[in-house]
Amino acid sequence: MTLLKSKTLLSFPNDQWLIWTLRLLAVIAGAIALLIIIFLILESLPVLNHVGLKRFFTDSSWNPTAGLYNLLPMLLGTLLAMVGSVLIATPIGILSAVFCQFYAPPVVARFYRSLIELLAGIPSVVYGFWGLVVLVPLIAKMHPPGASLLAGVAILTVMILPTIALVADASLAKVPTSYLQGAAALGLSRWGTIYKVVFPAAKSGLFTGLILETGRAIGETMAILMVCGNVVQVPKSIFDPIRTLTANIALEMAYATGDHRSALFVSGLVLMVMIVLLVAVAEVISQNSTS
Amino acid sequence: MSKSSQILASLAVGLAVCVCLQGCSSANQAANNPNKLQGKLVLTGSSTIAPLAAEIGKRFESEHPGVRIDVQSGGSSRGITDARQSVADIGMVSRALKPEEKDLKAFAIARDGVTVILHKDNPIASLSDKQIVDIYTGKVTNWKQVGGKDGLITVVNKAEGRSTLELFTHYFKLKNTDIKAQVVIGDNEQGIKTVAGNPNAIGYVSIGSAENSVTNGVSIKLLPVNGIAATTANVQNGTFPISRPLNLVTKTEPQGLTKEFLDFARSQQVSDIVKKQNFVVVSK
Repeated sequence: MTLLKSKTLLSFPNDQWLIWTLRLLAVIAGAIALLIIIFLILESLPVLNHVGLKRFFTDSSWNPTAGLYNLLPMLLGTLLAMVGSVLIATPIGILSAVFCQFYAPPVVARFYRSLIELLAGIPSVVYGFWGLVVLVPLIAKMHPPGASLLAGVAILTVMILPTIALVADASLAKVPTSYLQGAAALGLSRWGTIYKVVFPAAKSGLFTGLILETGRAIGETMAILMVCGNVVQVPKSIFDPIRTLTANIALEMAYATGDHRSALFVSGLVLMVMIVLLVAVAEVISQNSTS
Repeated sequence: MSKSSQILASLAVGLAVCVCLQGCSSANQAANNPNKLQGKLVLTGSSTIAPLAAEIGKRFESEHPGVRIDVQSGGSSRGITDARQSVADIGMVSRALKPEEKDLKAFAIARDGVTVILHKDNPIASLSDKQIVDIYTGKVTNWKQVGGKDGLITVVNKAEGRSTLELFTHYFKLKNTDIKAQVVIGDNEQGIKTVAGNPNAIGYVSIGSAENSVTNGVSIKLLPVNGIAATTANVQNGTFPISRPLNLVTKTEPQGLTKEFLDFARSQQVSDIVKKQNFVVVSK
C-alpha cells in the first residue's frame, strides 16, 4: 500500500503496466479459488435439492446407495486426527527449531535441517505404505484391528512435523540479533531469552506454521486412507478405526454415480467450509496479535 | 507479382507433399489390413469394465488408425439402456444378463471372481457360507468360535459402491448395512496388504489379484467357497460360485466395425490386458 501511494514510483509509465499486470494475475489467482467453490456447490446441488442439507448431519448412517448420508462421523474423524497430530507435532517442531537455532553446533544444525527437509519431501503415499505394512501390524499386536485413529494421528504427526519445524526454524532465524544482544546484556539465561524474547518476537511466524500444518493435516488423503481403517463411526477409543472426509471421497469416487457422486461433492464442500473457518480464525487471531 | 507466384509455388509444393503422404499412409494401411476400418464406436456402461474396455480400445485404435473408440462409464444398467436405445454401439454390463434382457446379444470378454482371504498363519483351511455370514454380521467375533486360535477377528469390508462388494453381498445374501467391519478398504491391493499384515483379519478380494500376490510371496491364502477351490481355472470353467461374466452387449447381431471390435476384444491379442487388470480370460 505504501509503495502504491508514493508518487515517485508511479511517475514511471512502465510501472502502470506492471501494476495492471499484477492486478490481473491477482484476479486470476483469486478467481481460481472462487471457481472451485462454485463448482463444488453446482455439483452438490442435485443431492442437496433431493435430500436437503440437514439430512447430511441427522441421517442414521452413511450408506449413500441406500439413501443415507450422515457426514458427522467423518467430520469428527477428520477433526480428531487433525487435533491429535497438531497437538503432538507443534511442540516437537518448535522445540526442534529452538535446538537447531540456539543450542546445536552449526554443523549439526545444518545436517539436522537437511534431514527435516528430506522428511518434508517424501510423498504421502510412501508414509501411508510404511504405515500399512509396519505401523498398523504393530498397533494390531497391542490392540486389534490396528488400523485406527492412533495410526492416523501417528502418520499425520510425522507428515506435518517438517512443516512446523521448518517454518518455526525460519521465523526464529528472523529474530533480530539486537534483541538477543539486549537480552544477553540484561543477563538473561539462554532459555529465558528464548522464552521471554524470541518466542514473542517470532509469534506471527510460529502461528503461520501452525496454520500451515493444520491445513495439511485436514487435507491429507492417501496416507490416512491406508492406515485409518475407514469405518464410518464415531470412535470410542484411539484404537477404533475412523474415516476422514478426504478418505471418503478417495474411496468412493471411482464407483459413485448420481446422488452418491453428488454426496461426495457435499463432503468436499464441508471440507472447504472447514478450511475457510480455519483461515478465518487464523485471520482474527493474527489481527489481535498485531494490534 | 513475384511474391504471389512464390506463394502459389509453395502452395503447390505443399499440396503435392500432402497428396503423396496421404497416398503413402493409405498404402501402408492397406498392406497391413486389407479391409480398412473407419469410424467411431461408443461404449457405455459398467465402471468395472470401462478401464479394461478403454485399454482394449487403445490397442484397437493403434492397429486401426481410422477408428475412434469412445468409452464412458455409468453403471451396468446404463449399458443396457444405451445399447437398447442405440445411444451406444456397445453396452458394458458386468453381470450375466437377466431373462428380460435376453433381447440383447452378449459377448463375454472376461470373468471376475471373488473369494475370501485369510493370513497364511491362520490355521483355518475352510469356512462354511454360514460361518462367513456370521463373521461379517458380527455374530462370531473370535476365531475360537469357528475352530481357530484365540483372537479377535478383524473384518475387512469394501467401500460402498465397489463391484466386489456387490458380488460378495449378493452371493452371501448380506446387506451392506448389516456388515460389522473393522476396516474398510478401497482396491484389492489394499485389502491384500491389510490381511497380510494382520494374522486375525478376514477379507475378500478379486481372485486374479489374490493369486497374483500369492505367487509373489505375500502371506495370504485363498479360501474355497462352498468346497470349490478359488483358482482362476475354476472361475474360467464356471464352477466357482462367486463369479460373473464381464459382458459387452449389442442390440442386434454385430456387423462391420462393431463386429471387428468384439472379435478383437475376445481374441488372444488382448489376453495380456485382461490379466493385467486382474480379470480372468474366458475360454471360448
